[in-house]
Amino acid sequence: MSAVKEPLFHVVKRDNSSFLRGMLVRLAAIVLGLIVCAVIIVLLTGMNPLNVYAALWDGAVGTSRRMWITLRDSAILLCIGFAVMPAFRMRFWNTGAEGQVLVGSLATAAVMIYGVNLPPWLLYTLCPLAGIAAGILWGIVPAFFKAHWNTNETLFTLMLNYIATQLVAYCIIFWEKPKGSNSVGLINMKGKIGWLPKVWNNDYILPIIIVVVMAVVLFIYMRYTKQGYEVSVVGESENTAHYAGINVRKVIIRTMAICGGIAGVAGYLLTAGVGHTISTGLAGGRGFTAIVVAWLGKLNPFAMMLVAFFLVFMQKGSIEIASQFNLNENASEILTGVLLFFILGCEFFINYRLEFRKAEKEEAIKA
Amino acid sequence: MNVIIVFLQKAITQGIPLLFGASGEILTEKSGNLNLGVPGMMYMGGVGGLIGAFLYENNAANPVPFVGMMIALACALLCAGLGALVYSVLTITLRANQNVTGLALTTFGMGFGNFFGGSLSKLAGGVGQLSTQVTASAFRAKLPVLSEIPVVGELLFSYGWLTYFALLMTFILSWFMFRTRIGLNLRSIGESAATADAAGINVTRYKYLSTIVGGMMAGLGGLYFVMEYTGGTWVNNGFGDRGWLAVALVIFARWRPLNAIWGSFLFGGLYILYLYLPLSRDMQEVFKALPYLVTIVVLVITSLRKKREDQPPAALGLPYFRESRG
Repeated sequence: MSAVKEPLFHVVKRDNSSFLRGMLVRLAAIVLGLIVCAVIIVLLTGMNPLNVYAALWDGAVGTSRRMWITLRDSAILLCIGFAVMPAFRMRFWNTGAEGQVLVGSLATAAVMIYGVNLPPWLLYTLCPLAGIAAGILWGIVPAFFKAHWNTNETLFTLMLNYIATQLVAYCIIFWEKPKGSNSVGLINMKGKIGWLPKVWNNDYILPIIIVVVMAVVLFIYMRYTKQGYEVSVVGESENTAHYAGINVRKVIIRTMAICGGIAGVAGYLLTAGVGHTISTGLAGGRGFTAIVVAWLGKLNPFAMMLVAFFLVFMQKGSIEIASQFNLNENASEILTGVLLFFILGCEFFINYRLEFRKAEKEEAIKA
Repeated sequence: MNVIIVFLQKAITQGIPLLFGASGEILTEKSGNLNLGVPGMMYMGGVGGLIGAFLYENNAANPVPFVGMMIALACALLCAGLGALVYSVLTITLRANQNVTGLALTTFGMGFGNFFGGSLSKLAGGVGQLSTQVTASAFRAKLPVLSEIPVVGELLFSYGWLTYFALLMTFILSWFMFRTRIGLNLRSIGESAATADAAGINVTRYKYLSTIVGGMMAGLGGLYFVMEYTGGTWVNNGFGDRGWLAVALVIFARWRPLNAIWGSFLFGGLYILYLYLPLSRDMQEVFKALPYLVTIVVLVITSLRKKREDQPPAALGLPYFRESRG
């Protein structure tokens, strides 16, 4: 007998965690999270929680217009999620999607404003290209420093967000209409020049199509191409990558160029397809939510779709709850936050199991 | 001359919340935890203090400033500490990803702050803007005689007690980290948790304590802003992006508390510099990016010089699981 006190339980990694089990645990976590949210709401308002969840449903998908907006915003969030996913695969913590989206929007807006007299085909080519180029630029700067001098990318990309914000603020004062309003207003409202066109008489569907196509392409790129494989190897171990003859610097910079480019597309969609304007709050924290999307979606484009939809659904619904019950709209962030905590925490129970002291002793006796 | 004194005063006032946040985050990061929830915890600390003071002032017949102050202080510590506790449970015990959990905490904390700050008086059945002036007066009280001295008094003694507490706290933190055995243990965890564990240090306990205490320190920054800076009221998103600036200050200070002191004054000055220069509106916006630009420059220079004592803790952001060695 050892004199050392045995802990009550210890943690063991599961080696065969089934897909179904994982899904059940996640579902349980979401249900638990919703119950905690309900308790919070009841404590605050004294309302029947069932009514509250009815309002949530109504706010997110209650009318066909709301449904489309929820779907479109999910697509945009997903697109920004794609802008962090390849980087995360190689353990490059891109916290700068917010800024990369903003500069993408900014470049798009610039082309829309100054290129108003260009032939349409040229304008519609230049707008997305400008957005993508700006996003790439914002993405490769920290990648370059990370690749060459191992400069901490989490903090570098984080700081670049605010420089992007100020850059946008600077340009807004340049373009503001009317002077002194500190806002650009709808760009090219007359003639809707450069705006993303309607498809099947539907304002919302084109961004969704673009992002779904992007999901398929990205899935193929990450899984079936040599470049995608290189990203995974660098993420597993930079040393292994070196020994395998992979040029790690090149992979880091190339992958961040892709990430920045995707963020630029999201910026283009936001300016040309959604807001038709440019403002410092255009990305609205989505660059950070996208990180959650990518992580909870296990960096898989299709799982990320579900997460993005779920988060936007909760957001839209909570805003409706807030307005129906006369709460301040920030209630939605509290509810989203609580749900995130539960979802983040439940991964543990999917990947590990606890072995209790007693059970172990019995095993020892058997042996 | 007068303008310069006012500028310096304002720079210090702006710097103090950053100093609280950065000191807390230095303590947290030295244990290897990169807690990006700092902005959230600062909001939580601020609104926690406000809720406590508000409930006290509304329910007491004759609210006493000192009592209100102690209640606000306790509530701020509690709220911010709870935020840090959630982060700790998720990342240390449940092994969730630190970056993602921190960002979730920031979302939650900012929502928590804006929600309660914005609708507290309505929830309590009142109308109009929430105000806790009595409590704030205790936070804003200046040193009686000394603050009257021209120039020197205005520069050094014209602040509420939290300002001096921030400085004291940072000195103690520096002494604790670099001059005590426990501080050495803590730093060793941030460099290599497995090595520290092998040396018999209780990694989990250290990580929990440093993260929660760090969160509480950050929360005091929010309390300072709400009580001393805005005088006991709440403006939605009034705290702005100062939380991220505090994270930036940690890098700027190269994980040394004493550097964070002058760094915080510098950042505070850069934060408001645009108001004191004859700038057009567009150039003002450019100047607002200065603190972030300076941080990037410092980050790059530190990584170029590769001086060992200037580097981030080696295990920063990495999880530690005893069972999965390697």
